[in-house]
Parts: sequence; structure tokens; C-alpha cells
Amino acid sequence: MGAAHSASEEVRELEGKTGFSSDQIEQLHRRFKQLSGDQPTIRKENFNNVPDLELNPIRSKIVRAFFDNRNLRKGSSGLADEINFEDFLTIMSYFRPIDTTMDEEQVQLCRKEKLRFLFHMYDSDSDGRITLEEYRNVVEELLSGNPHIEKESARSIADGAMMEAASVCVGQMVRARGPRPHPPLSACQALPAEPDQVYEGITFDDFLKIWQGIDIETKMHVRFLNMETIALCH
Amino acid sequence: MHPMREAHSMGVRGLVPFGPWNWCLLLATLQCCEASSELNRSTDSSAQHELHVRFAAASSQPAETISVFTLDYDYVQIPYEVTLWILLASLAKIGFHLNRRLPGLMPESCLLILVGALVGAVIFGTDHKSPPVMDSSVYFLYLLPPIVLESGYFMPTRPFFENLGSVLWWAGLGALLNAFGIGLSLYLVCQVPAFGLGDISLLQNLLFGSLISAVDPVAVLAVFEEARVNEQLYMMIFGEALLNDGISVVLYNILIAFTKMHKYEDIEPVDILAGCARFIIVGCGGVFFGVIFGFISAFITRFTQNISAIEPLIVFMFSYLSYLVAETLYLSGILAITACAVTMKKYVEENVSQTSYTTIKYFMKMLSSISETLIFIFMGVSTIGKNHEWNWAFICFTLVFCQIWRAISVFALFYVSNQFRTFPFSIKDQCVIFYSGVRGAGSFSLAFLLPLTLFPRKKLFVTATLVVIYFTVFIQGITVGPLVRYLDVRKTNKKESINEELHTRLMDHLKAGVEDVCGQWSHYQVRDKFKKFDHKYLRKILIRKNLPKSSLVSLYKKLEMKQAIEMVESGVLSSTAFSAPHQAQRTQETKRLSPEDVQSMRDILTRNMYQVRQRTLSYNKYNLQPQTSEKQAKEILIRRRNTFRESMKKGHSLPQGKPAGTKNIRYLSFPYSNPLPAGRDMKVAEFTDHDGSDSELPPITFNTHSPTESIQERRWTPEVIPMKSLHRAGMPPHFGYGRNVSQEEHLGRSRRAILRPRPLFHAVDEEFESQEESEEEAAAFGSLLSAELRPGADGNLSHSPLLQRK
Repeated sequence: MGAAHSASEEVRELEGKTGFSSDQIEQLHRRFKQLSGDQPTIRKENFNNVPDLELNPIRSKIVRAFFDNRNLRKGSSGLADEINFEDFLTIMSYFRPIDTTMDEEQVQLCRKEKLRFLFHMYDSDSDGRITLEEYRNVVEELLSGNPHIEKESARSIADGAMMEAASVCVGQMVRARGPRPHPPLSACQALPAEPDQVYEGITFDDFLKIWQGIDIETKMHVRFLNMETIALCH
Repeated sequence: MHPMREAHSMGVRGLVPFGPWNWCLLLATLQCCEASSELNRSTDSSAQHELHVRFAAASSQPAETISVFTLDYDYVQIPYEVTLWILLASLAKIGFHLNRRLPGLMPESCLLILVGALVGAVIFGTDHKSPPVMDSSVYFLYLLPPIVLESGYFMPTRPFFENLGSVLWWAGLGALLNAFGIGLSLYLVCQVPAFGLGDISLLQNLLFGSLISAVDPVAVLAVFEEARVNEQLYMMIFGEALLNDGISVVLYNILIAFTKMHKYEDIEPVDILAGCARFIIVGCGGVFFGVIFGFISAFITRFTQNISAIEPLIVFMFSYLSYLVAETLYLSGILAITACAVTMKKYVEENVSQTSYTTIKYFMKMLSSISETLIFIFMGVSTIGKNHEWNWAFICFTLVFCQIWRAISVFALFYVSNQFRTFPFSIKDQCVIFYSGVRGAGSFSLAFLLPLTLFPRKKLFVTATLVVIYFTVFIQGITVGPLVRYLDVRKTNKKESINEELHTRLMDHLKAGVEDVCGQWSHYQVRDKFKKFDHKYLRKILIRKNLPKSSLVSLYKKLEMKQAIEMVESGVLSSTAFSAPHQAQRTQETKRLSPEDVQSMRDILTRNMYQVRQRTLSYNKYNLQPQTSEKQAKEILIRRRNTFRESMKKGHSLPQGKPAGTKNIRYLSFPYSNPLPAGRDMKVAEFTDHDGSDSELPPITFNTHSPTESIQERRWTPEVIPMKSLHRAGMPPHFGYGRNVSQEEHLGRSRRAILRPRPLFHAVDEEFESQEESEEEAAAFGSLLSAELRPGADGNLSHSPLLQRK
């Protein structure tokens, strides 16, 4: 009785924290147990059990994201060794669709959270910057499913994207110098003052700029509604 | 208001904004028409005689019958008039688009209808009978397929399949609901004795319902595109346009069969069940054949690299064949040709050459616009004439029911489908969808083709259809734009950039991965699975070996190509300032560029740099995007330039061998480099000093540092993009926008230097030392280079060959 009570208490707490409904939490919990083999925590190896994930070209990035301290809101860098159910829910909550009832501010906040998660997928060394090298890694991984693509084309794509990103951010910078009273704190902002500076990488602010106008809220979400179709894992 | 008068007044109003020049053109064409019809009348009267004369001529009495000048108008009448119509419509379109404001005010189909009404008026006024171009077989075999093929081929695949469920639900069920709703409620109206419609049976009403529910919202799509409404909404309307025709036509044909049957025997419940089953078979069978033919044609284009002229033919013939085969088997040809286009598009586009691709696109647009123009002209012709039957009750109720049932189906169907969507359609979206129920050529053709024997009141049906079309096209079509703006529908401002593409890809995989982790199965995974299947089997079979295997790569290439073209354009532009011959350039090079030159280069750069690009989704029934067309046109130029420079490969591509202007402009394209992997572990060097002085004092750069050394340094610098601005003496110190540009160009230049493949450096060194002596050697290097560089890399190459040739 007491255990059941505390369990439901726990669920309610989780509901408040992550925004999932109790049904969803229950479903996810079942899945969590399935993945962990009835252990309280999941380790990286557990993800090997998901057969469909094996073919995913960015598999390692996805798995990593689950253990990333920044995503777990536990620190500014590093990886956790294992995650418990609450952490699991925290990660999943990044993929909750945006509620239609939310007001503009909440939507913006939610959007930013989602983007931060994405940003962390790129920024593997957690220095707050997507460097060219990191970008190239991601692109190579994205294209790794296809053996016909040479590394060079992946590289040049990343280079092109980086250039584009740099131009977006520099363009912003130029405008920010004008009438705008609060220029954004980005690496490029410092550029005009110090011509010797190099564009080291995409900062989170730049990342936001790049994503401006792309409605991530309709893109980055997974449905947690009908969870009945739980795929088996071996 | 009588439709005829309405059309007339509209016509006058529509023509007023045309410039005087267009008036002249129109008048001239009109004169032609009238003249031709006059001629025709005279020949009509003398046709008998002439025929006689010709036979006489054949029967060995030559001396008597040879005439110096004869007219045989009958012989050419149909193609002659059709040509004139199309020409007239085209001229009207030109006039329409010359006017800046007009295209924003009204959809283009309004114009076509007006032209049709004009032709109709001319024909009516001159008592000339329109040539019998439009009959059932002509329409279904020749006019309809191009229209359907075009919309299928230009369908934005990804958003379509993302919203597939909702699209099918809405387009399929919506058409059915509308057809039966309108049919049944009109039948009830017909039961009222006062209206005098008692002789219209239930089946006839249903049939009318099915043809009047064929929505053709292409006009609305153009408005949507301009207003940049959100993707989901756009896709709903597009999907409706795509599938609605098919469904209505299937329904129409089944109901016609029922009506025929009804004439001789009673319809039993079994027949109705059979009809329903048939509806499903017809639809699925059509899609099945379409997919099969799509794969076949994709497979065949795999082998056409040596005869690329045949590629467009393959595409068109197979699409048409799928239509014909489906029709032969009494399946839905429309769905077949749509499915065929959707299936093959992806593979064909990667297989065929760029020119064939362009040809296919334009030819498709052309064919469909011809078909549509003809149908609209027929509409105009039959608007103005005596064959109308006006019944207030029937027509008014038709109009009202069309709106009511559309509203019901929109709100009911979207209420249901919203339950399953993560992002439901808002009430605003639904209002816009409701309002975009514009009827078009499809409804008219179906009404026009009703067999008179089965439908004694065909005239009434045609009149009612015309009224509905005029009402929806003119009133709704013109006001939907303001409505969208007024309601402030959720917008999308997507731009096509490589970053976005990358992020979207990453997101796709991420979502699929997370769904895997939490054990779900949804359409991301379905897409993921399909992609894997596609990569594993389909692409291997259907696509040529040596082509880029990822749409990401091809997108990148496209963007790069576009930039290269912009480079060429701007290079040509700026070359006017530096059009001196090669030797002169070299001397000029050592001098400093004038501030004006720098400024003009800057302007060109800012104009051509990373502009916000139009999304590829853009769809216009009658036009291709101008940029893409330019792009394709220039592509030939680029390739030619590329081959040309292989033979010219020498001093021009040297840093000091050409003006700084062109060099700066070339910065945007990256060569496909093969930087040495080991280099990444090496030191990260800043080379800004050497590079910064590049444009001013290139000889110094190369003389002070031994070439190999600087190359070494450059090659080992892949990680850092230098963003230092140039310090040019000739340029004002404070530059606002300009600084941005110089950073950009600098960045590009250094990147170029970094990524330049090894052979080029050797070539450069060699040339540098021996100046221009070793021509053969340079050429050899050039060919070596060209083997390494892919076409996309040519932005890196010198403009000078091209410019010199000019």
C-alpha cells in the first residue's frame, strides 16, 4: 500500500517535471525496463539491444545524447555512465510536441530547449561551439550509411555549410552594429573590432539564427500518444 | 446576372489594365480570328464546289481546273484555329505578366477564362461553329493526361508523404462526401414540383454532384505560394488538386455506367456493392500500374547516357503508356500517371542529364498549359452561345450546396483527422481550405462530355457548372489572397540552405532513433525503412553507378552550381572593368585597384552572396521559377567553360595571372578537395598575412615564401576559417557592409587555397617558375586536374578563358 502510494507520488512528481501524462510515463517506464533488463539504470551497452537503431547512421550520436550531462541538466560537460528512469524521461521530454495551449513565451522556451539539445549533438566537446571539425564529423556520419559517398564530398558539404553559417552570423553582426542597441554576444560580434580573429565555430546564438524561421516545433517531436506498438528488442 | 453578360463585362474589366501595346497585339490577333472565320464562311459556302473541282481535277481534266490561287481552309481548320487560340492565350499571358499588379490580384485562370470568353464571343458574333476539338476521347486521351502528369511530377514529395494520411483522408473522402452530399440534396430540391426539375433522376443528380465536386485549386496554390502559408496547409490543397481529379473521374465513370444500365434494367443492391468494389479496384489498380511503369522508365533512363536526347521521350512515353494501359484495363489512368510521375521523378532526375531534365520540366509545363488553355477556351466558347438552359432554382441551389457541403466536409473531416495529428489544423486553416474550393477545367470538361442521350437536361448541367466555375474562380479566386492575409494564417519562411538541409537530415535520423529507443512505430520509421530499402535495392538497380548517391550531395551540388553561375554572371559583369587582354591584366595586377573597382566588386558580391533562396517547393502551374531556368541555361555555359579551360589550363589560374576582381568573386565555390587526412593532426597554422596580401602583391607572396612551403602551410590548415578583413590601402577604413564582404571573400579565398588539390599546386608551381613556356605540360596537368575535379568544382577555376573568348 505504502509502496503503491509512493509510486504514484513519484509518477506525479515526474509528470510535473517532464510534462508527460501518467499513461505516457507508464508506457515509457515499461520500455525503460525492457531496455535495461529490469535494472534501475541504463548503460550504453543496453542500447545495443535495439535492433532498429543499429542501422541508424548517427546511432552513436543519439546514444551519446542520452548520456550527455548537458542534456540531463547535470553539468556543463561530460558524459554520464548510466542514466535512471528520470533521466530517461528528461531526454524524452525534449521530444514532446509543443502544446497548442502554450503561450508565445513558453513556445519560445520550448523551442530553445529543443534547439539546445540539437546543438549538443553537434557540439561533441561541449565547448559551446560547433567547430568545423565537429561539423564535418556530423556530416560524415550522416552520410556514412552510404558507401558511395567519398569523405571529400562530406567534407566539402560541411565546409559549405560552415561558410553559410558564418555568413549568416556575420550578416547578423553587421546589422547588429547599426540601430540595434543590444548586439548579440557571439564570437562574430567581436570580429569587426579585431580583424585578426577567426571564425571558430557556430555558437549557440548563431545556431539559433540559423534556425530562425524553421519551425522546429513542428519538426522535432515524437509521438508518445499511442504507445501500444512496442517493438520487441532482443 | 446572365453569365454571358457577366463574362463580357469581366472581359472588358480584365482588359483595361493592359498596356496599349498589348491592346494592339490582342486586336491584331482578334482581327486574325475574325478574318479566318470570315474566310471560313466563304469557304463553307464554296466548299462543295471546291470539292467537286478537286475531284474533277483528279479525273484527268487538268487544263480546265488548275487555278492559280486556291484556298483550302477546311483542311487546316482545326489545327489552325487551335494554334490561334493558344497563341492568343499566350499573348494574353504575356500581357498579364507585363502588368505588375495584376498577377497579384487575380489568378491566371481568370485570364484564361476571359480569353476563352473573348474567343467565344468572336465565334458567336461571326456565327462560326467552333471546330469539334473537344469530345470525350480527345479529352480523356490527349487533354487530361498532360495536366495530371504535370501536377504529379511537380509534387513536392517529402511534405506530401509526411502528410499522406491527412491528404488521402481529406482528398479522397472529401470528394466522395461532396459528390454524394451535393447529389442527394439537389435530388431533394428536384422533388419540389414548383421548380420544374422533376425529370432529373437521382442518378443524374449524383453524377452532377460528382462532377461538380472536382475541385481544381491550382489557382489558389499560386496565391498560397505568394502568401507563404504553412507547409501543411499548402500540402492539403496540393494533395486535393492532385487526387481530386482522379477520384471524381472514377466516380463519374462508374455513375455513367450505372446510368446506362438504369436505362435498360433496374439497379440492384449487388450492383451498388460491385460499384463500390470497382471504385477501390480502379483506384488501387491505377496506382499499381503507375508505380510499375515508373520503375521501368527509371530503370531505362539508367542506360541512356549516350543518347540523352531520348531521355525526355522515355519519360513522357512511359507516363503516357501507364495512363493508356490503365485505361485499357478500365483502371484509373489519372491515378496511374500520377503514381508513375511520383515514382520515377526521384530516380529519373538523378539519371538524366541536366539538359534533358530541363527539357522534361519545360515540356511538361508546356503540354499541361496547352491542355488547360484549350479547355478554358472551350469553356469560354460554350459560355457564350445559345446552348444554355437557365433554371434559377437549380443553379442557385447548386451554388449554395457546393459551399455548404464543402464546409461540412472540411470541418467534419478535419475534426476527425485532427484527433490523430500532432499539429492539428487550426480553424483558420480550415476556413482557408474551405474557401479554396475553386472549380476549374475538370468540372467543366466532365459536364461538357455528358452524353446527351442519357442526359436530356445536359444544357442545364453545363450552365450550372459554368456558373459555379465562374463564381468560384472569379470571386473566391480573387478574394482568397486577401482572406489569407486577413486571417493571418501561420506562415512558413523556409529558405533552402545547406545548413537547414543538414539539420533536417539529422533531425530525421534523430527522431527515428528516439522512436526506436522508446519502441514506437510511426511514419518516421516507415520513412526510415523505406529509405534503407531504397538505398539497398532500388537505387542500386535504378540509378547509374557514377552519380551522387545522396540527395544531400545533390542538393549541395545544386546550390554550388547556382553559386558558380552567379559567379559567372557577376564575373562577366565585373569583367567589363577588367576586360583588358591577358598581358595587360598582368601589368594591371601589380597596380592597386581603384576604390571604385573595389566598391563595384563588393556590390556584386553582396548581391550574389548567400541570398535567401526560394524554397524548391514552389509550384506554379504555368511557370517555372525564373532562377531555376537561368540556372539550367547557364549550366551548359559552365560545363563548356570547364572543358574549355582544360585545354587552356595555364597561366590564367595563377594567382597573379588574373585580376583580383575575378579572383575575389570566385571565392564561393569549393573545389572537391582531397586534403590529406594526416593533415588534421598537424599544426593549425594561420596564414592570414600571406593571404591577405594576395590581391595586392601576389608576386611578393610567392617570392618571399618558397612556394612549397606556403603550400604546406596552407594545406595543413583545414580547421580554421580565417575571418580577417583585408587591409587595402585603396579602401575606406570603415566599411559597414563592405567589411562583411571582404571577410567573406577572404574566407573563401583562403578556403580555396586550403582545399586546392595537390596536382593543382604542382601545376601552379611549375607554371610559376616557367611562366608560360611549358604549355604542353600545363595542359597535361590540366587534364589530370580535370580528372580529379568534378564539375561542381569549376567555380574555383579561372574566368579568364571564358572572358577572353567573349
